[in-house]
Amino acid sequence: MESIRQLLQMIPRFGELPQSFQIFCALLASCVVILVLALVCVLYLVWMERKVSAHMQDRLGPMYVGGWHGWAQTIADALKLLLKEDIIPAEADGLLYRVAPVLVFVAAFAATAVLPFGAQSIVTDLNIGVLYVVAITSLSVVGIIMAGWASNNKYALYGGMRGAAQIVSYEIPAAVAIMTVVILVGSLSMQDIVRAQLGGIHRWFLFRNPFTFGAFFVYFICSLAEVNRTPFDIPEAESELVAGYHTEYSGMRFAFFYLAEYVNMIVVAGVATTLFLGGWSQVLPARWGPQLIPGPVMFTAKVIALIFVQMWLRWALPRLRVDQLMYVCWKVMLPFAFVLLLGSGFLAVYWK
Amino acid sequence: MEVEYSGETMTLNMGPQHPSTHGVLRLELKTDGEIVAEAVPHIGYLHRCFEKHAENVDYAGVVPFTDRMDYCAAMNNELGYVLTVEKLLGIKVNNRVRCLRVIMAELNRIASHLIAAGTYGNDMGSFTPFLHCFRDRERILDLFEETCGARLLYNYNWVGGLMFDVKPGFEDRVIEFVDYFEPLIADLNRLLSHNYIFIKRTAGVGILPPEVAISYGVTGPNLRGSGVKFDVRKDDPYLGYEEFDFDIPIGKGEFGPIGSCYDRYMVRIWEVKECLKIIRQAVKMLTPGDVQESIPKRIKPPAADVYMRTECPRGEMGYYIVSDGGLKPYRVKVKSPCFTALSALPYMARGAMIADIIAIIGSIDIVLGEIDR
Repeated sequence: MESIRQLLQMIPRFGELPQSFQIFCALLASCVVILVLALVCVLYLVWMERKVSAHMQDRLGPMYVGGWHGWAQTIADALKLLLKEDIIPAEADGLLYRVAPVLVFVAAFAATAVLPFGAQSIVTDLNIGVLYVVAITSLSVVGIIMAGWASNNKYALYGGMRGAAQIVSYEIPAAVAIMTVVILVGSLSMQDIVRAQLGGIHRWFLFRNPFTFGAFFVYFICSLAEVNRTPFDIPEAESELVAGYHTEYSGMRFAFFYLAEYVNMIVVAGVATTLFLGGWSQVLPARWGPQLIPGPVMFTAKVIALIFVQMWLRWALPRLRVDQLMYVCWKVMLPFAFVLLLGSGFLAVYWK
Repeated sequence: MEVEYSGETMTLNMGPQHPSTHGVLRLELKTDGEIVAEAVPHIGYLHRCFEKHAENVDYAGVVPFTDRMDYCAAMNNELGYVLTVEKLLGIKVNNRVRCLRVIMAELNRIASHLIAAGTYGNDMGSFTPFLHCFRDRERILDLFEETCGARLLYNYNWVGGLMFDVKPGFEDRVIEFVDYFEPLIADLNRLLSHNYIFIKRTAGVGILPPEVAISYGVTGPNLRGSGVKFDVRKDDPYLGYEEFDFDIPIGKGEFGPIGSCYDRYMVRIWEVKECLKIIRQAVKMLTPGDVQESIPKRIKPPAADVYMRTECPRGEMGYYIVSDGGLKPYRVKVKSPCFTALSALPYMARGAMIADIIAIIGSIDIVLGEIDR
C-alpha cells in the first residue's frame, strides 16, 4: 500500500488533499490492483490446472483458443459464463441464494489483503495478520451453508452440511499448526514472520526445526481440506453429490464459487509460503552472491510451486469418505498438531 | 451391520440423471444423515423391448439388438446369442471362426473391465485412472474397427460364422497390443488399486458373503469376488475354452472381509491378466480357413427350445430361445447378469453411507442397457 501511495503522489496536487483521503485513495487503488491480479492469476491457475491434469492423463488439454497451447481458453470460458442465463430455482430462497456466492468470494478475496508479496508489496501489514487470515477464510463456510440451504436441493444441502463440518473441523489443526510458527516468531504480523526467516533456505521454518517441519505438513493437508480440494473434496464430491452446494448455480454465480475456490488456493498457498517457506525471502544466503530475484517474484514462484502440488494431489488421489475425513482431522491431525505446538513452545522458552 | 436410526429419515432420489449411477438407474434412498437405511433400485428407464423386437425379426436380425444390451461388451453378447442359435441348428464352426471369436470375446472383456475399473476410480473421486483406462481401451476399439468397421456395436458374430475375416497382420497387432498392455496393469495398480485411500474406501464396504451371493443368483466377477470359484468358461465350457490354460481369480479378502467392493474390483483386474493369457494362446491356435463357410442360407430351425449360457464380462449371460419352426424366433429370453447383481444391492446397501452406495454400485459394474433390455 505504501508503494502505491508513493505512486499516487506523482499525480499533480495529490499531496495537497487531506491525509485521510490520501490513505483512502491508496487503499482503494491497492484493492483494485490486488483484485485484478487475483482474477488474472485465477484465470491462469484454471488453465494451469487443466494443463497439469491433461498431461497427467495423457491428454493435451486446451490447445486451440488463442493460439499458443490454448492460453485464452479460460478467458473464453469466463466470457461464456458471463453471458449465460442466470437461473434461480423457483423454490429457492432468493436473497440467500444471491448473497451466498458473493459472500464466499469476498471471504476468499479479503484474505489476500495481508499476503506479503514483497517487502513493500502488501495491502496492509496488520499486526494481527495471521489471525485475520484464519478468521476471514472461515467466513466462507457461512456462504457455503447459505448456498446449500437456499438452493432447496437435497444434494446441495448435503454438500453444504458436509462443507460446514469439514471446514470448521480442519480450521482447528490448521490454526494450531500456524501457532507453532507464531510462538517462535512472537508476532502475528505476516511481515514479521517473513523477516524472521530472512537469510536463506536454512532459515525457513520448514527446515528450522522438526516441529515446524511437521507443522508445515499438518498445515498443508488441512489447507487442502479448507479449500475443498481432493482428497478432501467431499462437499462438492462430483460422483456422489453431483456438484455439492453449487449444484443449482449457473452462469456468473457459479463462476463466483469457482473463482473463490482458486483464490482460496492462492491464499492457503500464500499463507503456507509466508509461514514456512520464507515468504518473499531469497533461497540463498546473502553472502553467497547478489540477490537478484525480486521479492514478489520469489513469493509468486513459491506459491505456484505449492499450488502445483495441490493440483498434483488432486489428480492423483481418490476421495476420502466423510467419516474417514473426520477421523483424520480429530484423531490424527489434531493430536499431532498439539504435540508440535508443545515442542515448539519448549523450544521458544528454552532454546532462545 | 446393525445401525441405530434416530427415527426420521429423508428420502433422497438418486438418479436417473446422476453422474455415477452408471446410466439411468434410479435409487430411492431412505437416509438418516449420511447413513442409508434403505436403498430401493428402480429400473426400466432404458427399456427398449429387446425381447419383443426379437420375436419380429429373423434369427440373423436379432444379433444387432443383442449388441445394444450390454453396449460395453457387445462382442460377448452376440457370441452368446449366435452360440445358442447354432446349438439349436446343430452347426459346427471351423477352428478359425472359433479362435477369432475367442480373441474378440476376450479383447472385449478387457475393454469392458477397463471401463469398469476406470469408472470405479472416477466414482471414488480419482479421475486420472479413468482416462488411462480409456486410452488403453481405445487400442482395442481400433482393432475392432479395422476388423468390422464399428467401435461399439459390432454385429460381427453371425450365426454360423463371422461378418468378415480379419485384415492381414491382425495377429501381430493383437500381440503388439498384449505386449503393450501387460505392463500397464501394474501402473494401474500403483495408481489406484494399491492406493491407501482407495483401499480404505472399498475394503470392508458392501460385503456380499458367498452364501448370500449364491442365493441372490449373482454371477461373474461379483460372485468370484465373494470367493466362489465359478466361471462358465471352466465349469460349462463352450467354444473350446477347456483347451485354453487360464486361471479363475477369486476374491481373497486381503484388506477385510471377503466379498467387499475391493475384492470385486481386484477380481476384474486379475481377470484382465487371464484374458491376455487366453488371447496369446488363441492367436497361436489360429489356422487359415473360410470364416463364412458354415453360414446357413436360411435359418429355419426345428420347433424346439434351447438354453445356452456364456461368460460375459459382467457374469453369466443366458439365452433361452423357443422356436416354432418358423423363420422368426417364437420367444427370446435373456438371463441378465447385471439384473441379479443389482438385486443384491439393497442387501449390500443397508446401513452404508451415501459415499458407500456409490462404491457399491460401481463395484457390481452394472450396465443398465442390459438390465432393462
